[in-house]
Amino acid sequence: MKVLIPGALRSYTDSAQAEADGTTLAEVVTALDRRYPGIAFRMVDEQGRIRRHIRFFVDGQPVHDLSRPADPQGELVIVQALSGG
Amino acid sequence: MNPTRDTAGPVTLLVATRKGAWLYHGDAGRRTWQVDGPHFLGHVISHLVLDPRDGRTLLAAARTGHLGPTIFRSTDFGRNWAEAVRPPAFAKAEGGTGRSVDHTFWLTPGHASQPGVWYAGTSPQGLFRSEDGGVNWAPCSAINDDPQYRTWMGTAQDGTPDGPKLHSIVIDPRDPSHMYMAMSGGGVHESFDAGRSFAPLIDGLKVVEGFDVSDATFHDPHCIRLCPANPDRLYQQNHCGLFRLDRPATRWRHIGAGMPAEVGDIGFPMVVHPRDPDTAWVFPMDGTSVWPRTSPGGRPAVFVTRDGGERWQRQDAGLPAEQAWWTVKRQAMTADSQPSVGLYFGTTSGELWASTDEGAHWCCIARHLPDIYAVEVAERGAP
Repeated sequence: MKVLIPGALRSYTDSAQAEADGTTLAEVVTALDRRYPGIAFRMVDEQGRIRRHIRFFVDGQPVHDLSRPADPQGELVIVQALSGG
Repeated sequence: MNPTRDTAGPVTLLVATRKGAWLYHGDAGRRTWQVDGPHFLGHVISHLVLDPRDGRTLLAAARTGHLGPTIFRSTDFGRNWAEAVRPPAFAKAEGGTGRSVDHTFWLTPGHASQPGVWYAGTSPQGLFRSEDGGVNWAPCSAINDDPQYRTWMGTAQDGTPDGPKLHSIVIDPRDPSHMYMAMSGGGVHESFDAGRSFAPLIDGLKVVEGFDVSDATFHDPHCIRLCPANPDRLYQQNHCGLFRLDRPATRWRHIGAGMPAEVGDIGFPMVVHPRDPDTAWVFPMDGTSVWPRTSPGGRPAVFVTRDGGERWQRQDAGLPAEQAWWTVKRQAMTADSQPSVGLYFGTTSGELWASTDEGAHWCCIARHLPDIYAVEVAERGAP
């Protein structure tokens, strides 16, 4: 599926867009990490939870459960929530 | 300061801040400093440490406001950086109930006889070990997963304002299996088997009035240092004052009574002399009432003891005389090992201060940096 990468993670991808596939969103994240080592742990913690200031949207809808099936034709948008200071 | 150093080369200061890292390369006299940075602008860098065993490898503990924690490594003294393959992370628990590392807070190179070994302390409290120079990190189950230790750690609400943490990982220079570590909160602990098991070392320490002093949960060590010239001697800056322990004794002794009453003996950093175990420095802060965490009375000062803590003398020549409300965090004060020992500290207001005469006189060598989290000395590998 198509994955849109936020600015904070483009040091891994050198691009705003990537392609990664899997039967679930967790597998998509794992596939992204194979291609861009280290990127997964910056977004998803060691317990499989999406980190506090990261948001996932699939086809425009917010997603919190990474076990959800992934649509190869779908679009995953990864967003860094407004935070910091 | 790293006790495994055995020669004094040019001094470089490794400055970790809330917004990135900087290196300050000193000239031979430590009078002028060439700035190199920022590195990792926008990243929260909790600690930046040189491997004294090769004089060129640097590890940086990093995270950002949005992204999870990681470790960056440089094997050429900061010219190029690469990310750890497996940063510190807790073991995965069933049902998603396990802990996750918020940030790596503390980095300690292993024993001189064990090149490649490093230890890391995290927030929330966790101990991790690397055997390949910081590329891959494994959790130390004896601490991270032990039910008794998990009880002593308490919850995030029991910890410091930016999260409970494991720190002050100290390796005995005579024995790589003998180590100490401290948890805020959770007390001081000792291992004789390279971290496979630990036991509390809290006898003689104080806790906040009304709590059980025998329970490690209520102990809040701020910083522990081992004297390179006498590895049997430990100094501790604690939430409840200053303490010293001379092994093989197991009872800490309060050594803060000689501090002026209007200053008190609460603070965060603890610095020891590289060659004289009777000399140590602290940077007291205001720990009264609501804990302002500023310099007492707005008049910052270092205090030195030359007799193991019996008496303390104020050292403030060159520091602001009034209306300076910053303080110094536990990793943000250190010493070099030059013949006339240099002392360095970074402030919560982003100033970097230095003394080349053991604290007698101070000068500001950088201003306007972000909140300084850690200052370490590197005496090998400067370009």
